[in-house]
Amino acid sequence: MSNNTLPATTRTRLPATTEARQFVSITIGKQSFGIPVLLVHDVLGPQRITRIPLAPKEVAGSLNLRGRIVTAIQVRRRLGLDPLPADAETMSVVVEHQGELYSLIVDGVGEVLTLYDYDFESHPPTMSSRVREVSTGIYRLKDTLLVVLDVPSLLDFVRVEAA
Amino acid sequence: MDELLSEFLTETAESLSELDVELVRLEQNPNDQALLSNIFRLVHTIKGTCGFLGLPRLESVAHASENVLGKIRDGELVVTPTAISLVLESLDCIKGLLAALEATEAEPEGDDGDLIARLNALAEGAEVPAPAAAEPEPEAEPELDDTLPPGAEVIGTRPGEVPLDELERVFRETEVDSFETSSPEPEPEPAPAAQAPAKAQPPVPAQSKAVAVSSEGSPPTEEGPRESAVAAQTIRVNVDLLENLMTMVSELVLTRNQLLQIARREKDSEFTVPLQRLSQVTSELQEGVMKTRMQPIGNAWSKLPRIVRDLAHELGKKIDLVMLGADTELDRQVLELIKDPLTHMVRNSADHGIETPDARTAIGKPENGRITLNAYHEGGHILIEISDDGRGLDPAKLKAKAIANGLVSELEAEAMTEQQIQQFIFRAGFSTAAVVTSVSGRGVGMDVVRTNIEKIGGTIELQSKLGRGSKFIIKIPLTLAIVSALIVEACGERFAIPQLSVIELVRASADSEHRIEEVQGTPVLRLRNRLLPLVSLERLLNLDRPDGDERSGKETFIVVAQVGTYTFGILVDRVFDTEEIVVKPVAPILRHIAMFSGNTILGDGSVIMILDPNGIAQATGEITVTDATAVEEGADHRGIGVATVSLLLFRGGGDPTPKAVPLSLVARLEEIDLATVEYSEGHPLVQYRGQLMPLIPMDERTKLEREGRQPVLVFTDNNRSMGLVVDEIVDIVEDRINVEVRPDSPSLMGSAVIAGKATEVIDAGYYLTKAFGDWFDHSSEETLAVTRGRRLLVVDDSAFFRNLLTPLLSVAGYEVTAVEGGEQALALCERGDSFDAIISDIEMPGMNGFQLAEAVRADSRWAEVPIVALSSHTTSEDLERGRQVGFTDYVAKLDREALLETLAQTVGA
Repeated sequence: MSNNTLPATTRTRLPATTEARQFVSITIGKQSFGIPVLLVHDVLGPQRITRIPLAPKEVAGSLNLRGRIVTAIQVRRRLGLDPLPADAETMSVVVEHQGELYSLIVDGVGEVLTLYDYDFESHPPTMSSRVREVSTGIYRLKDTLLVVLDVPSLLDFVRVEAA
Repeated sequence: MDELLSEFLTETAESLSELDVELVRLEQNPNDQALLSNIFRLVHTIKGTCGFLGLPRLESVAHASENVLGKIRDGELVVTPTAISLVLESLDCIKGLLAALEATEAEPEGDDGDLIARLNALAEGAEVPAPAAAEPEPEAEPELDDTLPPGAEVIGTRPGEVPLDELERVFRETEVDSFETSSPEPEPEPAPAAQAPAKAQPPVPAQSKAVAVSSEGSPPTEEGPRESAVAAQTIRVNVDLLENLMTMVSELVLTRNQLLQIARREKDSEFTVPLQRLSQVTSELQEGVMKTRMQPIGNAWSKLPRIVRDLAHELGKKIDLVMLGADTELDRQVLELIKDPLTHMVRNSADHGIETPDARTAIGKPENGRITLNAYHEGGHILIEISDDGRGLDPAKLKAKAIANGLVSELEAEAMTEQQIQQFIFRAGFSTAAVVTSVSGRGVGMDVVRTNIEKIGGTIELQSKLGRGSKFIIKIPLTLAIVSALIVEACGERFAIPQLSVIELVRASADSEHRIEEVQGTPVLRLRNRLLPLVSLERLLNLDRPDGDERSGKETFIVVAQVGTYTFGILVDRVFDTEEIVVKPVAPILRHIAMFSGNTILGDGSVIMILDPNGIAQATGEITVTDATAVEEGADHRGIGVATVSLLLFRGGGDPTPKAVPLSLVARLEEIDLATVEYSEGHPLVQYRGQLMPLIPMDERTKLEREGRQPVLVFTDNNRSMGLVVDEIVDIVEDRINVEVRPDSPSLMGSAVIAGKATEVIDAGYYLTKAFGDWFDHSSEETLAVTRGRRLLVVDDSAFFRNLLTPLLSVAGYEVTAVEGGEQALALCERGDSFDAIISDIEMPGMNGFQLAEAVRADSRWAEVPIVALSSHTTSEDLERGRQVGFTDYVAKLDREALLETLAQTVGA
């Protein structure tokens, strides 16, 4: 809970320098995604989640994280995928956005990766708009591609739905 | 202690300690002007405050030292150690007085003439008199005597000798070292005699000590009066810090609750005892921290006397403001939020409520109006009453205003109780002030007040008697941070409902006294002779019932909640305990869901949503029984068969079969004294509201008794009233009229099953005819075959006629849909409904009959549907115009036979 004052990522394109950035890698289906490590508060195993009636379908519910109420987001739904069956073992990455905590429910959490800007590329125009909407670009890793999630736009689905 | 006084003590103690330091510095830097002016300012402030608070003794001492300092500042005197000593001495004197003031809340008796004289002498420039020489001993000595241990002999001494008491003092000083520190050492340098310093010293401590002793009886060994106890007891703390503390305590309370719940499951745990201790400490801590946020409500009232005074002046009224319970404490946050509503309401009382002095004396009231504010605690809530002895709310005016504003129709307003009518003042844009003054009457007011109060989980009630005054009762929670909530479960999900809005819990099951009934799929509950609308959480929140959890036949709980005057039941599966919860706002992405006011973490660590009764009430539309438009909207194109109507159930004519009449037809229910019944040509009449009202018995053969009381249903149309004499009024139910049997008797519409019983629906028209002779005739049998199953649309703005025609035409075999205007009729057309004929009134607000006919003819879908005009007055011009715009036929409104015949021809053609 110490990084309250850190700014959230913005959607500006990352400059093509040799600067290193750190990401927590997560998986959804077979695809790897990266979340800027500075935004990540916690990584949780399966949690007891209270459903919230009438909430947008992306909201899985809310949970208690050491006395703070955290809104759980079904990232699969946000990406237009069906959520995993209820008995599947999921993981959550807790991120902070505008002073509120959100728990992003994903299939799995990998490791913290240090990535260099020369491996970064903006996403190809052929990529699905659903994914393009919530990411800033792609890192070329040795054996896979890592899509960088943009947390503010990931959590901005109310506006998207209303539009 | 008076708040002002304690503030003064704190402040002055701060200034004095600053002065001590500054004076010493001044002595070292006699030419530091900045220092000097600061000292002067501090002393001046003390003097000023003392004068303001009415403390003459303090003031005169402070004034004398200010004089000296003034002279020094102006360069008339130079800073000498003597002068400084003298000023310090006066400060010590002030400290002593303050200590006494703090203990007794009053200035101690005594005289500082000597000190003042010396200060004045110094100011006059008289070359510094030696303090000892100037000291008239007898003044100081007796005071010193008081501090002597009993038995110490007072021996007269001559100047120059070392007095015995002096020795005694020294002796005592050696025993108790604190004495020395109690007096700042007046600098002894300029002492003319060797004894002088020693002698100069006693008066100061003696004087202040004497004060301390006399006021507190504290032993002389105690720390001197230097440190004010009040000053030491008070520190200033940032509000944010307190808020933070409160949040943390709230968390602690939650964690405590969590632990307790775990401990309850595990009996005989070694944690039990320390946990209990923790629990207790937490409670105390919570209470303590809460107290830091508490402020007397008087703080929110402080501006009111001035406001009321100004208003009284402006309006030429005489108003007394009485404030009771101003020391009732409540949370700072709540206090801030109710400040404005309270001010507004007091203004309202002064402006609308209290009459002018002339008007008051004219009706025998005291000239001075009175507005009373009363605050008190009751069961975890604060109740604030704002009452005035003014003119009260006039239900007739309110009613007229409500009708003018289109909030209700005339008929609905007739059926409303005084209490219901008074509630209109909480509606937006409602002001009863005939003239908009600068004060109030701008139409923004009580609705905002109510919204603000409801926002903090409070309620507002109104009691008013015309001519006697009004009283508002505001009920608000003590604090917003922690609320008591009822935990309920529906479909396996738990929710919290704030206790404040819960009135009661009802258990309902198929075999118990309380049974949930359904009206067209809408659940209702009979509760103490009232129909309680029910809201199903399952439906409202789109909850999924978990598999294998069949609720049919199981018991259900109903949480009876109240929002304003709207009472409704929330259907839940189970009710758990009440729990203290800390309300936390929901995440921003969920704020648009009006059903929840927040969320919280329960004792078991799970997150739970807090239901917002206001949101639920709004979502369910706040439908009241008298809401006729809602009933009509419910009537879809299938006609009256599916619409629910409020029915009045009664018995009459000595017949045990329950009878019913649409409630909207009945203007009032009255009980008349049979002794007042008069007879004209053998027909009973009664004087009613300045008119003669014919009384019609249910059964013509029954004669009215000569005395006793008899219930009467009053039917009113325009200015004519008719009283139907019945035996007993049974109930009001909401049900549908589905007239099933065509009756033999002309007085009946037919029979219908109402509330599970065969009930005769009376034909109000029949009795109206009897009262006024010329109203209606019987319908003819032959028409029935033609009309069966034909669909009719009735367009009439008068609810009375809609209610009259609908049953009449239903009995004649038609399926009837009634709407109140041309616009609604066209909306049905738009929707794709089809009718065999349309009956329309001519004169209607908005779109009139002619315009409707034109519109219908212009529309291709309904272009062929015959339209029959219905009007109370028929002229040849009207007829001509009617035919031009496309009316098929024209019928006089009250000619029932002609109407039925025309219709039969029209639809049969």
